[in-house]
This record gives sequence, structure tokens and C-alpha cells, in this order.
Amino acid sequence: MFAKNPYLHLLISPQHLWRSMSLGAKSLWLHKLRSLLTALGVVFGVASVVAMLAIGEGASHEAQEQIRKLGSQNIILESVKPTDSSGPVGQSRSFVIEYGLNSKDIKQILQTIPGISIVVPSRIISEVLWVEEKNLEGSIIGALTIYPQMRNRTLIAGRFFNDLEQDNRSPVCVINQSAASRLFPLSTPTGKTIRVRGTYYRVIGVIEDEGQRATTESVSQGGGKSGGSGSLAQMIIPFATLMDNFGDTFFRFRSGSFDAEKVEFHEAIIRVGKVEDVVSRAEAVKHLLGRNHPREDYRVTVPIELLRQAERTKRIFSIVLGSIAAISLLVGGIGIMNIMLASVTERTREIGIRRALGAKQSDIVLQFLIETVLLAGAGGVLGVIMGLGIPLAISHFAGVTTVIKAWAPALAFSVSVFTGIAFGIYPAMRAAKMNPVEALRHE
Amino acid sequence: MAEPIIELRDIRKTYRMGDMESHVLQGISLSIHPGEYVCMMGPSGCGKSTMLNVLGCLDQPTSGQYFLGGLDVSKLNDDDLSQARCRNLGFIFQSYNLIQQLSVIENIQLPLYYKGVPESESRAIAENLAEQVGLSHRLYHKPNELSGGQQQRVAIARALSNDPLVILADEATGNLDSKSGNEILNIFDELNRAGKTMVFVTHDERMVQRCSRVIRLQDGLLDRDEPGARFAAASSSVAITDDSLLPTQDVC
Ligand SMILES: Nc1ncnc2c1ncn2[C@@H]1O[C@H](COP(=O)(O)OP(=O)(O)O)[C@@H](O)[C@H]1O
Ligand SMILES: [Mg+2]
Repeated sequence: MFAKNPYLHLLISPQHLWRSMSLGAKSLWLHKLRSLLTALGVVFGVASVVAMLAIGEGASHEAQEQIRKLGSQNIILESVKPTDSSGPVGQSRSFVIEYGLNSKDIKQILQTIPGISIVVPSRIISEVLWVEEKNLEGSIIGALTIYPQMRNRTLIAGRFFNDLEQDNRSPVCVINQSAASRLFPLSTPTGKTIRVRGTYYRVIGVIEDEGQRATTESVSQGGGKSGGSGSLAQMIIPFATLMDNFGDTFFRFRSGSFDAEKVEFHEAIIRVGKVEDVVSRAEAVKHLLGRNHPREDYRVTVPIELLRQAERTKRIFSIVLGSIAAISLLVGGIGIMNIMLASVTERTREIGIRRALGAKQSDIVLQFLIETVLLAGAGGVLGVIMGLGIPLAISHFAGVTTVIKAWAPALAFSVSVFTGIAFGIYPAMRAAKMNPVEALRHE
Repeated sequence: MAEPIIELRDIRKTYRMGDMESHVLQGISLSIHPGEYVCMMGPSGCGKSTMLNVLGCLDQPTSGQYFLGGLDVSKLNDDDLSQARCRNLGFIFQSYNLIQQLSVIENIQLPLYYKGVPESESRAIAENLAEQVGLSHRLYHKPNELSGGQQQRVAIARALSNDPLVILADEATGNLDSKSGNEILNIFDELNRAGKTMVFVTHDERMVQRCSRVIRLQDGLLDRDEPGARFAAASSSVAITDDSLLPTQDVC
């Protein structure tokens, strides 16, 4: 009569499980406040994990996106005004400060360093851009036709200038989005003209804003590269046109005094043939420039190194986050275990009754385990909801990019359920191991 | 005579507390046959509850053999004892022992739940039993919304739900006033007439009047084993009218 055990299949039958779950939910519902307070530990643990993952993922996504725009095969050289150049230095006694990259550097790089396909220099100057009565401080970039490909910048409207326009030194320009939106807020910019120092340039295209070099330590000359819509206005014109119209010396007023700088190239982008060569070629470039420019009036940026740096940072961030998550779920789990142990003691008599009516130890284990898992799982669901709401709110109110990966809430929820099992098993076993006779006598 | 439902052979139960040994049951042998209505009596501390726990497969004897429905349960493991309880035994307690967070119907269904009876079937059984004990109109009430007599009737329905071989009760009427106690006793009479086998620990003289056999324990031993009052004085007026057997309909 007792030989075969009909329970084994019942334990896993969906109907039995469903009934056990609804009974478990009922017991939890009986102590609503206590259940809620118990689950709160898991709620906040899961919420913080999901929210922090979304924020961290968003931050690193933004950084990586910006770096990627700089081009993983590129080495970016920039001219930097030397810090000790305020007074006349060495041979230079004129008020014109001369510094930065020059055609000699470019030539040497191309001749001595192998595996470098092209070097695209550009000049950048600060000027006031005029559209009728409207004006805007911005930078004018003298570039070559290859510029958009080199900088991974896509055109949003119109086109970039071509070789013909470059050779003809045509007065055409491509402006970036932030210049377009501020100079032509209500109309399409293509076909309109922009006036700079009395010369009119026809707008032939609009290019997306530049990926910000957020990870470089300082800001290049030309000024504030602040985030988002505050991007600096840019006007890109053929290199030769710029040389024709502005010469190689750049004058400006600075705090009352007249000041002039002579810079041949403000920027040069070196394209390396193979990605794996980038780092070693960058070393060679640094070495070469180090010899040519003892004043260190240049800066070398290697996007792929920045990318690797960002990835390392992200990994560290993930480890820290993982630890915080583990600790908070541990705390939540201990909270649950504490309450479940109290609940087991409080329900000793109930356990005795159930045992008398035929519940096996495994039935009691299942009952209590279901309760803790329901508790932890409900906490997990609430936590995921909260954890999804927080980054959305942050994105909405603070304008910070957050990225919610589908696996993050799924993982956080599974971990909360696992926490329920891990911390529920001991109280459940304790309940099941009670002697039925003594449990029934319990007051 | 038919096979006994319960057969005890030299059952002993000894509790050890440190060096102290207390021999609570000191060799009890007896048989209980189908349809018997047994009252177990004796002074406090003589081992009645211990005996009932052994009969109820809640506790194992220290030695001796116990056959329940022909099967030796004195050597079963915990899981098999649980199974024996949910298939063959029905329990009624002095303090009702209903589960507070479950409704009347759910309490009645509980043994069937552990027995693995499908919900629809178990529900039909439970509704039928609730009707028999006069609680059809209280199916969704919680135990604490019922009077003591009503709660004990739920407990009876629960004890019957798995159609057990034996119903065991420890002081089933002990907590009840005489009116609800009588109602419960009437239900027991009717159950016994329907052929149920019952073993009740009691101090209630009214129950002794109605039962078929009285077992008296003294210091862990069987002291006396005699027919109940209704058999001892067969001619006397123990005759019960059919009306009084029916559970009185609840009015509150
Ligand atoms: N778990 C136990 N450990 C030790 N002694 C016990 C235990 N359970 C019962 N006893 C003892 O066994 C004796 C009989 O108890 P019990 O069966 O409850 O008596 P009754 O129900 O007849 O009043 C008592 O002396 C009691 O102290
Ligand atoms: Mg007792």
C-alpha cells in the first residue's frame, strides 16, 4: 500500500505547484506589511543593480561611441599652444607666436614610418560667422575632401565639397548640426550663404556634430566643447580656400591686447593601414614629434587606446557594481531568512497540523520555499520596475544617456529568485525537521 | 470476526531525558475492529495522548508492532508515515487546530491536497462533507469567524475528507459547551452508524454512554477493556432518535 510513492510526480505537476503557490501567496498576503518590509531589501538591491547598470552602460556607451567616431585606425595630432609661450621664447622675439605641427612633420611621418596610408592635416581658426544680422562664434576648419571618412562623420544633408571645388578654392562650406540649428533655425541651410570677414560661403551640406574627445584631459584651442546641443559651431571649407582667405597667421584680441598666432596645421589625422599597428605607429609618431618639438606644442591622441582604456574602466565598473549587487542581495537575503525563521517558529503549530494531515517533510520544505521565492521574486519584480524607472527619470530630467540592456533586468530578477531559494532553504528545512508531536503541542 | 483495523502487539514507549527514563507505555496489546467506537480513558499522565500519537503514526513506538490496515507501520520511515496518515487516518483535536489563513472549504480539502487528489474532485468531496456537518453556508469563512462548535465540525469534515480507516480524536469535546458538545457527539454517533471506526481519548461521560468500547489505561498499561455503556446496559434507554442524530442546522 505504501510501496509506490505517488508524490514524486505530484511535486512537479503544474497543478500542484500552482496550488502551492496560491496557498503561499495567501500566507504572505495575510501579513501584507511584514511581507512588504521583508521584500524591501531585495527590492532596493535589484533596483540599484538595474539602475546602476543602465547608467554605467549609458556612460560607457556614450564614451565608446565618441571614441569610435574618432576612428579606430586613426592617430590624431593636434597643435597645442605651449604653456611658456606668453613671452618671447628663444629666437622668437616677434609678437607672433609660432607653434604646432608643420609640413616638415607631416613629410617626415609619411617618409619614415611604414604602414601609414595617409595624413590629412587641417587648420582650425576661430571666427564669427554671419547670416544676415545673426552671428555666431565658431571655428572654421580648412580640410580636405577625405575629411568626413577620416573622422567618421556622416552628412545629414547635402554633400561634402569635392576635388574640383578644392582645386578651384571655391567659397563653399559644410556646417555642423549645431551651427545649422543656430544660424538657420527655421529654414534649410543648404543653398544659403554664410559671411565671414566679408567673404560669402555657400552652404552645400550639413554634417553631424563631432564626437567629443571627452576622455582627453584638456580642451583644444578654439574653446569649449561642451556636451549635447552646446556643441561648438563648425564651418568646414576647402583647405586651400582657408589658406587663401585667412593666410597662415591668425590674429585676435585677447583681454585688450593684440595677439597673433602662426600655426601651419592645427590638426592632422594619420590613418594607419592595420588596426593592430596603430599603437606601435603612434609610439613612433610620438618619438618623431618629440625630437622635432622640444616645446611639446602638440598632442597625440590614439582613439583605440582610449577605447581600450574605456573598456578597462568599464570592466572595473562592472566588478564594483557586481560587488555592490552581491552585497545588497546578500543583505536582502539575510533579511528574508531572518523573517522566515521567525515565521517558522510562529507557525510551528500550523506545521504540526499539516504534518498530522499527511504533509511530508518535502511538502513543508516546498511550502516555505515557495513563500520565500514568491517574496524574493515579488521583490525582484518591484525592484526591476523601480530600477527601470530610475534611469528613465534620470535620462528625462538630467539628459544623461542610459542604456537598458535586456539581460540586466532579467539577470537581476533571476538572482533575486535565486536569493530566495538560497536563503529560504534553511528555514524551510528547519520547519520540515520539526517533530510533528511537539509541533502540535506548541502554543 | 473481520480483520482488525488496528492491532497492537506489546507496544512500549520510553522517553529518555538525560539519565532519566520514563516508561510511558509499558507493553500494550489490543485489537480494534471495523465499526468500533472506542473511548480511551484514564487519569492524566497515564499515556493516553502518547498512545494516540502512536496510533496516529505521528510517533513511533520504542518497541512492539503496530499493524494498521494489515501493514506494520512501526518500522516505517518519515515519508511513509506521512503517507499512512494522509491515506488512513483522520484527526480531530481538542483545540480544533484549523489553519487560520485558510477558509472552511480549504481546511476541509487539506488532507486531499497532501494525498494528491485533483482539485475538482477534492472540492466536490469537501462541499459534500461541509453539507453533512451543516456548514454549507460557511464555506468561505475563516476559522476565527466561526463558533467553537462550528470549528469542530469543520475539523470533523476535514478528518473525514480522505475517507480514513480510523478517526482519532483527543478530547474532541473538551473545549465545547454542553450544547455544541452534544451536537458533535450526535455527529459521531451518526458516523459510527455509517460504519466509521473511531478511537477517542476522552473524559466526557456522555461519550462513554454512547461508545461501543471503553479502554482504561493506568500507568502505561491496559487496565480495563470493556463494552461501552450502550452495550453494557443494552436494555436501558440509550436509544437515540433519528432526529437527534442529525447535526442541528446552524442558526447564527
Ligand atoms: N516528549 C516527551 N518527553 C518526555 N516525556 C514525555 C513526552 N511526552 C509525554 N511525556 C510523558 O509521558 C507521560 C504521559 O503523557 P501523555 O501521554 O500526554 O498523558 P495523558 O495524555 O494521558 O495525560 C507524562 O508523564 C509525560 O510527562
Ligand atoms: Mg493528553
